Amino acid sequence: MKAARNKLAIAAILLAGAAMLIAPQFLKNYGVYLLSYWLVFIIATMGLNLTVGYAGQKSLGHAAFFGIGAYTVAILMKAGFSFWLGLPAAALLCFVVGLMLGFPALRVQAIYLAFATLGFNIAIWLVMRNEEWLTGGTFGINNIARPALFGLSLEGNRPYYYFVLGVALLMAALLWGLLRSPWGKAFTALRDNPIRAESLGVDIRSYTLLSFAIGAAYAGVAGALFASLVQFIEPAPFAVGASIMMYLMVVVGGAGYFWGPVLGAAVGVVLPEWLRDVPGVAAWYLPMFGAAVVLLMIWLPDGLLSLPDRLRARRASREASAARSAAAQNLGAAR
Amino acid sequence: MADFLQLFFSGLATGSIYALAALGFTLLWQASGTINFAQGEFVMLPAFMLLGFMALGAPMLVSFVMTLLLAVLLLGWVFKRGVVDPLFKYGMMPIVVATIGLSIAMRNGVRAGYSAEAHPFPSLFADKLFNIAGVTVTLQDIGTFGLALVIVLATQAFLAKTVTGRAMQAVAQNTESASVLGINVPRMIFYTFAINAVLAVAAALLVTPTYLAKFDMGEGLGTKAFFAAIIGGFNNSRGALLGGLIVGVCENLAAAYISPAYKDAVALVIFMVVILFKPQGLLGKKVERKV
Repeated sequence: MKAARNKLAIAAILLAGAAMLIAPQFLKNYGVYLLSYWLVFIIATMGLNLTVGYAGQKSLGHAAFFGIGAYTVAILMKAGFSFWLGLPAAALLCFVVGLMLGFPALRVQAIYLAFATLGFNIAIWLVMRNEEWLTGGTFGINNIARPALFGLSLEGNRPYYYFVLGVALLMAALLWGLLRSPWGKAFTALRDNPIRAESLGVDIRSYTLLSFAIGAAYAGVAGALFASLVQFIEPAPFAVGASIMMYLMVVVGGAGYFWGPVLGAAVGVVLPEWLRDVPGVAAWYLPMFGAAVVLLMIWLPDGLLSLPDRLRARRASREASAARSAAAQNLGAAR
Repeated sequence: MADFLQLFFSGLATGSIYALAALGFTLLWQASGTINFAQGEFVMLPAFMLLGFMALGAPMLVSFVMTLLLAVLLLGWVFKRGVVDPLFKYGMMPIVVATIGLSIAMRNGVRAGYSAEAHPFPSLFADKLFNIAGVTVTLQDIGTFGLALVIVLATQAFLAKTVTGRAMQAVAQNTESASVLGINVPRMIFYTFAINAVLAVAAALLVTPTYLAKFDMGEGLGTKAFFAAIIGGFNNSRGALLGGLIVGVCENLAAAYISPAYKDAVALVIFMVVILFKPQGLLGKKVERKV
């Protein structure tokens, strides 16, 4: 039963992968751009899913890392450095800043941590908006070039899409491996019961810091790809609202489900972007989304991907109760 | 010195509005463990309700009473029954996420359904300046501070002196013992939600004349109220007043003497210092972690 389900899952993944590979052939330029946009947010929210979903740290400052990644690449490229230096620099810088942000997390928990990270996001956003010499302020930075790989230009939307897809698959594989390693187990132990984890010898201090730092590095990579994708960055997409949206994407998809971010990013950024020009729908998308989040919390607090588990649990309990009543009847008949 | 005092007084006025929102926030937390991320929108919505009633031709006082009733119904009763009650059993985070969703729905609902513009809002106080020993203060500032202070102190007196208020405090401190003592726990919790709605209407009435009614006015206000509540002490309702005033005054002084561009970071810096050195807040009591 379980093996069959695993086979089914692998087949579904292969099918989805194939669809992602050939999809650009059937899409116009804007469609390809939108797919790349989706992948960028999948990478970012994968990192947040590690911090929030697997390690249980309530972070409301993820867009700040996304922004740090984007600005790092943009500023380095404007200074004449290559994208291939900017990308690892963005990831590394975010990792370090993530480590530093992890320190308050050692002192405070849950809602205090949420506000501390939210405050961190406000601070970073203020720097992006006010330090014009570095970030261009509200005018932002424009004409960010797309890189070339082995002499192959990624300037067009289609080649860039394949590049982003490649990075997304690599990051997903890394996360998959990480979660199956002892580190992954330590993260979930930290989430489920930090005091028990500590008494079992998990160094909760290091793992809390690491969960922030690795999640932040994912956002840094995503931000770097984002800067080159949209080619113009300004402070707005990295404000607190964006962090809150990313948090909702993780929760809506299913925090702690590996594929949650794929679904969450689709609902959180791709759908509204796609519906942007539809009159009547565009203005009401966010109100409906907000209301849907409230209803989802009431009916399915573990996110959309918990639905199969929920149905399975319900069926199991129904079967168990049917078996019990049948057994009771048999007992009655035997008597 | 005159400049300093002037900034100080107008900071007190802003701070007292933060205190109103922060007080509602801490009361909800104490009574029901609800962290309301939509607190800023709870202030924004009554402002638009009042404008709506006045647009229908109702006089100011009638509009105010109707707004108060509608706010208690929607932001008190419907919010409690529809959002908080079903989620209570899952713990804190689902309520946080649901109220985040609610804030997005309210903010963008007003934007899509009413208007994305900023609307002028009638002031309770005449446009008048006072000059006391070289310090100029507006009647708006004095009135705002005075009225907000009266409302906060009246709420505290209600909680400390009346039987109902003391029952509400008992529920906040220990729900089980309170119900053993024959206190109607669900009703007391509803009263808290109703008081929160009333405080939000009061804050809307005081803040909107200066900052105008706009769909996103709750965003900054809500965040400041959270910070103020935590700075003062999350489990102490006097803390909300202290935290609100500290944030309002420091913000105003920092904008004038340090940098107006970084004004919004002031609440944040104080908040960070407080949670790093005294996580329970300036007036809060320490809560030990449980296994």
